[in-house]
Amino acid sequence: MTDILFILFAVVAVGGAVGVVVGRSPVASLLFMVATLASVAGIYVLFEAHFLAAIQVLVYAGAIMVLFLFVIMLLNLGHDYRADLRYGSWSLLSLVVVGLTAGVLMQGFSGDTGAALLENGATVAAAIDAAVIEKGAVGVIADPLFTDYVVAFELMGLLLLVAIVAAVVLAKPRGAGEG
Amino acid sequence: MLTPALLLSAALFVIGTLGVIVRRNAIIIFLCIELQLNAVNLAFVALSRYTGIEGQLYVFFVMTVAAAEAAVGLAIIISIFRHYETVNVNKFNVLKW
Repeated sequence: MTDILFILFAVVAVGGAVGVVVGRSPVASLLFMVATLASVAGIYVLFEAHFLAAIQVLVYAGAIMVLFLFVIMLLNLGHDYRADLRYGSWSLLSLVVVGLTAGVLMQGFSGDTGAALLENGATVAAAIDAAVIEKGAVGVIADPLFTDYVVAFELMGLLLLVAIVAAVVLAKPRGAGEG
Repeated sequence: MLTPALLLSAALFVIGTLGVIVRRNAIIIFLCIELQLNAVNLAFVALSRYTGIEGQLYVFFVMTVAAAEAAVGLAIIISIFRHYETVNVNKFNVLKW
């Protein structure tokens, strides 16, 4: 059952990703992206990462994609159907870069470091499942987040504050509201 | 189920890279960067079943950085659009050597 679901989600994710790249209208690309993000959230559920799946749908497919949609509509780009693909030497370069990237990524699967990883995988997975039952899907993330990683967590809050201020300053029309 | 997930992650990352290179619409380029970040997130989540819960924490951090990046990037796009009336990256080449 999980295998069938995984294949279904994977096909939708890859199809949506291709749709993002080849979509002629920005809005169409955006909707393909939402399909990809939703199916990746489904795969998170298959890997027992329920909290991240919820965050993926709420924050990514919800908030961030709506932000993109706002900008597309604000700038009135929805009917911008001109094909904007690069051709010529750019397509050649893209093939080289994509081929190299795919080759490097595939290299990672041919090594034998994965064997040791898979070996203790069962015990780690069992430990995570036990922790989820004990603390709940949110607690199992929150516990290390507020103890071992609390400095990173605070810095994350600072980063978001800086990003909000920067976004407001950048998007404000020049001369508006200043002396 | 680890290898299929990593293969899917690699496929999504490569498609995102392709999109960043071949498209000229700045918003689509941003979408493709988000796609790349998501591919990496998928690899983190898949590997967290084998190495520990920290993988899922890093996904949380990556999502936060992605949200901040999207907010600032879209603000830059709005600011650029005000000057050039376009989001085609070929048109803003002042910083290009």
